[in-house]
Amino acid sequence: MNDKATEQRQIISVKSLSKNFGKTQALDGLDLIVTAGEVHGFLGPNGAGKSTTIRILLGLLRKSSGEVSILGGDPWHDAVTLHKRLAYVPGDVNLWPNLSGGEAIDLFGKLRGGLDAKRRAELLDRFELDPTKKCRTYSKGNRQKVALVAALASDVDLYIMDEPTSGLDPLMEAVFQEHVQQLKAAGKTVLLSSHILAEAEALCDRVTIIREGRAVASGTLAELRHLTRPTIIVDTKKPAIELKTQQGVHDLKIEDRHAEFEIDSDHTDDVLRYLSQVGVDHLISAPPSLERLFLRHYGDAPSESEGEEKRS
Amino acid sequence: MSLFTGTGWLMLLVLRRDRIKLSVWVFSIVGLIAIAAPSIKEVYGSSQATLEQYAGTMSHSIVGRMLGGPVDGPQLGSVMMMEYFLFVGVLIAFMSSLAIVRHTRQNEETGRSELLGSAVVGRYAQLTAALVVVLMVNLVITALMAVALIVNNMPTEGSLAMASALGGVGIVFAAVAAVCAQIIGSSRGANAAAGAVIGFAILSRGIGDVLGKVASDGMSVASAWPSWLSPIGWGQQMHPFVTSDWWVLGIFAGASILLVSAAFWLASHRDHGMGMIPAKSGRATARAVLLSPLGLAWRLQRTVLLGWAIGVAVLGITLGMTAIEFKDFLAENEQLAAILTQMGGGNGNVTDVYFVAMLGFMAFTMTGYGLQAILRLQTEESNGYVEPILSTATGRFHWALSHLGIVVVSVLALGALAGASTGVSYALVASDVWSQVSGITIAGLVQVPATLAFVGFAVALFGLVPRWSNAITWTAFAACLLVVEVGSLLKLPEWVQNISPFTHTPAAPAPTIEAWPLVVMSAIAVGLMALGLVAFRRRDVVTS
Repeated sequence: MNDKATEQRQIISVKSLSKNFGKTQALDGLDLIVTAGEVHGFLGPNGAGKSTTIRILLGLLRKSSGEVSILGGDPWHDAVTLHKRLAYVPGDVNLWPNLSGGEAIDLFGKLRGGLDAKRRAELLDRFELDPTKKCRTYSKGNRQKVALVAALASDVDLYIMDEPTSGLDPLMEAVFQEHVQQLKAAGKTVLLSSHILAEAEALCDRVTIIREGRAVASGTLAELRHLTRPTIIVDTKKPAIELKTQQGVHDLKIEDRHAEFEIDSDHTDDVLRYLSQVGVDHLISAPPSLERLFLRHYGDAPSESEGEEKRS
Repeated sequence: MSLFTGTGWLMLLVLRRDRIKLSVWVFSIVGLIAIAAPSIKEVYGSSQATLEQYAGTMSHSIVGRMLGGPVDGPQLGSVMMMEYFLFVGVLIAFMSSLAIVRHTRQNEETGRSELLGSAVVGRYAQLTAALVVVLMVNLVITALMAVALIVNNMPTEGSLAMASALGGVGIVFAAVAAVCAQIIGSSRGANAAAGAVIGFAILSRGIGDVLGKVASDGMSVASAWPSWLSPIGWGQQMHPFVTSDWWVLGIFAGASILLVSAAFWLASHRDHGMGMIPAKSGRATARAVLLSPLGLAWRLQRTVLLGWAIGVAVLGITLGMTAIEFKDFLAENEQLAAILTQMGGGNGNVTDVYFVAMLGFMAFTMTGYGLQAILRLQTEESNGYVEPILSTATGRFHWALSHLGIVVVSVLALGALAGASTGVSYALVASDVWSQVSGITIAGLVQVPATLAFVGFAVALFGLVPRWSNAITWTAFAACLLVVEVGSLLKLPEWVQNISPFTHTPAAPAPTIEAWPLVVMSAIAVGLMALGLVAFRRRDVVTS
């Protein structure tokens, strides 16, 4: 693929982007590439700079330095033309208290260039949203549904969603995931910011992890998983002392006949052979999770309970 | 847990949040009185003749009574009451009612109170905390005002009475706002309702004082009954520097207790976050007229406009009808009529002088609308409503111009309405003056450029310093009101008075209206608006 083709496939391209608010540096040399047709997870804890990045991508904030391009244009100068081709779901949806939900949906749709009425009806049904209620009576989750319905009923190339499910219950979260899958199948591009890793694992082709205003890791889930190792938790018949000297074993915790360790995939075979010699009572292999990667980038070890959840 | 648990620390929270806001209010109000007292003494205190002249003129001036109050005879206290009681009373009323709504309904709207309510806090604690703090602030203001008056050698009893009456006005309107905040489900609506009650209080006592009878010595006025419909009127009916009728404080106390009880009763009979008027369902799909930036702006602006339009029309009709009394009064005073005719340019109509003053007053009303409406830009932005709009294919100019366009057209319409309602109602009660209606209507429109210059100032601030635009705009507006009300009294240098756009509005109705100030002010308005829009286009969208 030549350079030009690559550029065209880059729906969002951010290079060493910085943004200062007075003395506070919100973004500090961030890089982010989102290519056409992918669902890209934008992960990081609160305050990492996700929303700031998104606001710059939408031309709401002006970058301090760096390069930003979205749908082949400059988000600051070409905002109006670019916005015809994208839909945005804010993290904190604020709606005019005296408009009904249905009015707000139609308004956003129309200002974006038009809504698919059939799809609107279907989405209202799936999200179980009453469009006749005044926005002042909606809960946070319902306000989020208004923004989601308006965005998902628009036929655009790019969907930017800033923690779109933070107010939704698990049932609605499932409906949301289903619709994102549909967008993916239709070849649309989605930038999905989140701090819910399960959501990203379920939906995203690639993720970028951001911390303190810069990207600390980026790649496909498989690539990123490669950076972490599966965890083995094993109860053996005799103490598996030789694990201490086995190649590819990391972070070993061994206590009598119980051992926990991370393992390099290349050495899995050797280690299992050794374990079967010692005799295995019980073995759990926890897959490398985004959680582990995430926590590693933030310097904390995963806690016991989080480890439990991942055992399967 | 009692219904009032947590009131104490909620009061501390209210004080912490408002420490600057309330300090500014207290400082401004007390400062105004402290400056006013010596200046009045300097201007009017020189001789009894001056005071008699003042009292005589005011007693016979419709405008004086409308904007001042009942005249209390030839003495300094009367001048103090006439010049400052209404203005300061309105300030205190707004300070109190805004503070109550801010700490009750607005808390519910933003969800802050839900957070507080889930802590160890009784059902009535937030309302009680807000009321107690505002009560205390009013008592502090009362004490400081009394001191400010007394140290300036105003009579002690009268000073105490005037200060107490002003404190009473503040407390009653705090109670009014407490009721409004219970009934109406939004802080904007609650503020508007409290504002409407304040407007009624200004108007009803104005009518009462205008319809009152001048005493036989021609130095004081006995107000008619409508003055008693207004808490501000009660204060004036105490006649602080004459009889100091302390029993009137009982009306303040009684009304406050009644209203506060009503507020608590309402609070215990409604759900959190809701008003007494249940929210109606809306449309499932939008009408086509809503679906554009202009359509949305109109939807958001129309209620405010309607409220102000009704206010302007009522005011215009009132002013037009009172003009006849002015005319009758002049018929009895040929000498004064001759002087006024001369002032009015010699060949104008004597009543023109009256209309010039009244429509100047209308200009403030129109500006009040213009500023409230245009500052919607700022609240739309800080409340986060603008972000999703600007994320659609709507440019920033398009969005801002939708609101600005509506405000500019509305101000023009209000100008015409102000003039027409005044002129037509005058024509209906007076005979043979229909020919003046068009002149008076044009005079209403003459007020528009100054108003738009002020709107332009607000737009420029919105573009340049969005976080401060609200505070600076309203402070500047209050300062301009003050300049007009007491500018000459305070002997402010001419350049200070010239900062206010209202100073430059030419006299109208008049046979010839100076055009160039109108052209210059319109140009300044357009320039400031353009500056604000360009600055907004170039800055970050701020969401608080």
